Amino acid sequence: MMDNLKTSVSPAIGYYDDEDGYEAPKVTQFIVVRFGEEQYGIDIKYIDNIVRMQQIRRVPEVPSYIKGVINLRGEVIPVMSARIKMNLEEDVETKATRIIILKLDQHDCIGILVDEVKEVVNLEEGQIDKVSYEAKEDKSNFIYGIGKYEGGLISLLDVNLVISGAETI
Amino acid sequence: MDVSQYLEIFIDETKEHLQSLNTQILDLEQDPESEDTINEIFRAAHSLKGMAGTMGYKRMQNLTHDMENVFSEVRNGNIKVGANMIDILFQCLDALEEYLDTIQTTADEGTNENEPLIKALNQILAGSEGEEGDDAPEAEAKDSKAEEAEDGEKDKWTQIVLGTSEKSVIGKAQEEGKNVFGLTVYIQESCILKAARAFLVIKAVEELGEIIVSAPATQDIEDERFGNDFSIIVITDKALEDLTKAAEAVSEIETVAGGSIDLSAETSEPKAVPVAEQKQETAAPVAATGTKVAATPAATKQDKKAVVAKPVVNRTVRVDIEKLDSLMNLVSELIIAKNSLVSRTANNENEVSDIEYLESVTTNLHESVMKVRMVPIESVVQKFPRMIRDLQKKLGKKMELYMSGEETELDRTVVDEIGDPLMHLLRNAADHGLENAELRQERGKPEVGSIHLDAYQDGNNVIIEVSDDGGGIDIDSVKQKAIERGVVTPDQAGSMSDKDVMELLFLPSFSTAKEVTDVSGRGVGLDVVKSKIESLSGEVSVKSKYGEGSTWSIRLPLTLAIIQALMVVVGDEKYAISLGSIETIENITNNDINYVQAKEVINLRGTVIPLIRLDEMLDIREERSTSEDLIVVIVRKGEQRAGLIVDELMGQQEIVIKSLGKYISKCKYISGATILGNGEVALIIDANAMI
Repeated sequence: MMDNLKTSVSPAIGYYDDEDGYEAPKVTQFIVVRFGEEQYGIDIKYIDNIVRMQQIRRVPEVPSYIKGVINLRGEVIPVMSARIKMNLEEDVETKATRIIILKLDQHDCIGILVDEVKEVVNLEEGQIDKVSYEAKEDKSNFIYGIGKYEGGLISLLDVNLVISGAETI
Repeated sequence: MDVSQYLEIFIDETKEHLQSLNTQILDLEQDPESEDTINEIFRAAHSLKGMAGTMGYKRMQNLTHDMENVFSEVRNGNIKVGANMIDILFQCLDALEEYLDTIQTTADEGTNENEPLIKALNQILAGSEGEEGDDAPEAEAKDSKAEEAEDGEKDKWTQIVLGTSEKSVIGKAQEEGKNVFGLTVYIQESCILKAARAFLVIKAVEELGEIIVSAPATQDIEDERFGNDFSIIVITDKALEDLTKAAEAVSEIETVAGGSIDLSAETSEPKAVPVAEQKQETAAPVAATGTKVAATPAATKQDKKAVVAKPVVNRTVRVDIEKLDSLMNLVSELIIAKNSLVSRTANNENEVSDIEYLESVTTNLHESVMKVRMVPIESVVQKFPRMIRDLQKKLGKKMELYMSGEETELDRTVVDEIGDPLMHLLRNAADHGLENAELRQERGKPEVGSIHLDAYQDGNNVIIEVSDDGGGIDIDSVKQKAIERGVVTPDQAGSMSDKDVMELLFLPSFSTAKEVTDVSGRGVGLDVVKSKIESLSGEVSVKSKYGEGSTWSIRLPLTLAIIQALMVVVGDEKYAISLGSIETIENITNNDINYVQAKEVINLRGTVIPLIRLDEMLDIREERSTSEDLIVVIVRKGEQRAGLIVDELMGQQEIVIKSLGKYISKCKYISGATILGNGEVALIIDANAMI
């Protein structure tokens, strides 16, 4: 887990990996999702699966952002609401609602609810502006950078920050 | 020769031998005269030496060789077993374990020669040389090249103990003018397929005569459970030379020693052995009743050991636990698939019988796989007598460990994990539990403190208890400590029940020992025990009476993955309750509910049982159901009971337990989830946590 935490603090460092460093420009793929009117990007390397909305089994006595558990091909996976975690209004289930299954380490998966999955984009280093240090102080700020592409701006989600706390609470 | 492929087997078997040596030497300390024990030790040391030699671990071989020499002298009655010797032998075992550890990590034995130990062993040997002086060097000179045969005489067949029936057979054969020979066959140390060579020898000899006795037993020889030599007694018409020639004709045989059996000379010796043994057996209980109670369990345990030791020669296959895990996963999936079939065909009569058949097959399959994974906790608790012995020296307290239920079985993964927590509780009992000698005397307790380790099965759980007859838990001192540490306020402490206070002990960094010793009391301890046990879905609790002792009990589920459960409905949610914790199901009306201290209870056939409304406990709905008739599931944890009020019963089902994962860990009433036949997720209620 520690390893994951380390990389999560500044995923950008990975782009200057000595091994691939000369292969400029480095391209990272993001899945663009929508919460309300805003677009967010999730690094594709954390994504295990994207599934349609299904019945979520409530679990008692858990933080409000944990919506419950689902059955994903025989495995029980917890699902959390990124909206509640990020202090947005509560999710409204629509046809477009999806559960993105994130896999951060070998063993445990967790799903997060998103309003819509839009597309996959390739961003080069130059297209990513890192969020300044001060902005990161804000606890409700779960983005580590802003990506610019022809469709507009996307906030790049720091996935580890979004789901952190879920494990300690 | 490349022996790396044998490395794993070597490591496994060496561990077994070391464990057996540890226990046997402990037994020997209790009863230094026991020939069975000495023989057993000798055998284990001998095989250990042989194996180490084969694998090319010279240092290990040297050390075991010297140990074996000591045992050999003990066996021949030339050295008496003394406390000093036992200590050195234990140190040797530790050294061997060290070798093994190094081998396990690096495949090399390292460079530690353990010279002081070898010197000490030789000193023990030298001590006996006064009496043995003329014998030993001679033997050494005789077969300087055959290192293997160094352990005493070459004609090991003379040591075979003959039973009366065998003696009569031999006597008859001799009357008929046949020859009766004893043979000892030495196989070359480098031989890998000893059993095969031994088989060829036996076959060759059988062509010439009839083998009536072999040592070790033929089954053991077949399974390669012998050192580098074995002995047989043969009735034949041929001469001794024919036999030895036939045996030596087999390749990789070092030497064959033999001679004719003289029954008249033999009788004096073998007879002496059983008599001595018998005497000893009767002597032990007498001594026990006379002096102290401690000897009785030790003696009976030994008897049990002797019985258990023999049938270990079952044919077994060593299987990687990972393979079993994947097998278990497949069984789980099969059961989920079966459950979905069951729910889909519930209304079709024709298919029901097929499904029932499938159900019984999957249930049996699951049980078999579970059984395969079950191992006795013996493998873990075996090391404790030795640990207590060492603690006794270190702490300067006298104590005795009594164990029962070592044969109790648990899932392999649980057994692997349970060792450390148990060790911790035992150390705690020895260090903090038992008082020092003066205090014990003051309290009128026997000088030797006793610690019990008992394991037994209770329904779907296994209980392991560690108890001591020591000082017990000083409630006031715990309270004071808690206040000092700021864990509770003085007010809170005042209103806490003794049980609540004892629970405080399981909090992190809570140690009541006034002095920190290196045995226990480093601030990490009971909280680690608790979290470890809980990670195995078990729980730990303590009962204690100040001045009289404490009992720590660990309750563990028998199976981890698949259980029989009762499915219930509360509100519109489905829950599973493990059948193991359910006692009965009762129908009651609202009028049956009484109030004790503002809590709902029912009086069920004379027992007052608290009621728990699951809908409130699990935040299922705001208002209480208005129904007059209530269904109550009575669950039990040890002596305690509680009634869970549910809305509806769905029936019994085999469910596969899935973890909720690390992201949902704080939910104390839910122990996991399961997937129902229709794909729905149901949560499993942890009835133990509710009581």
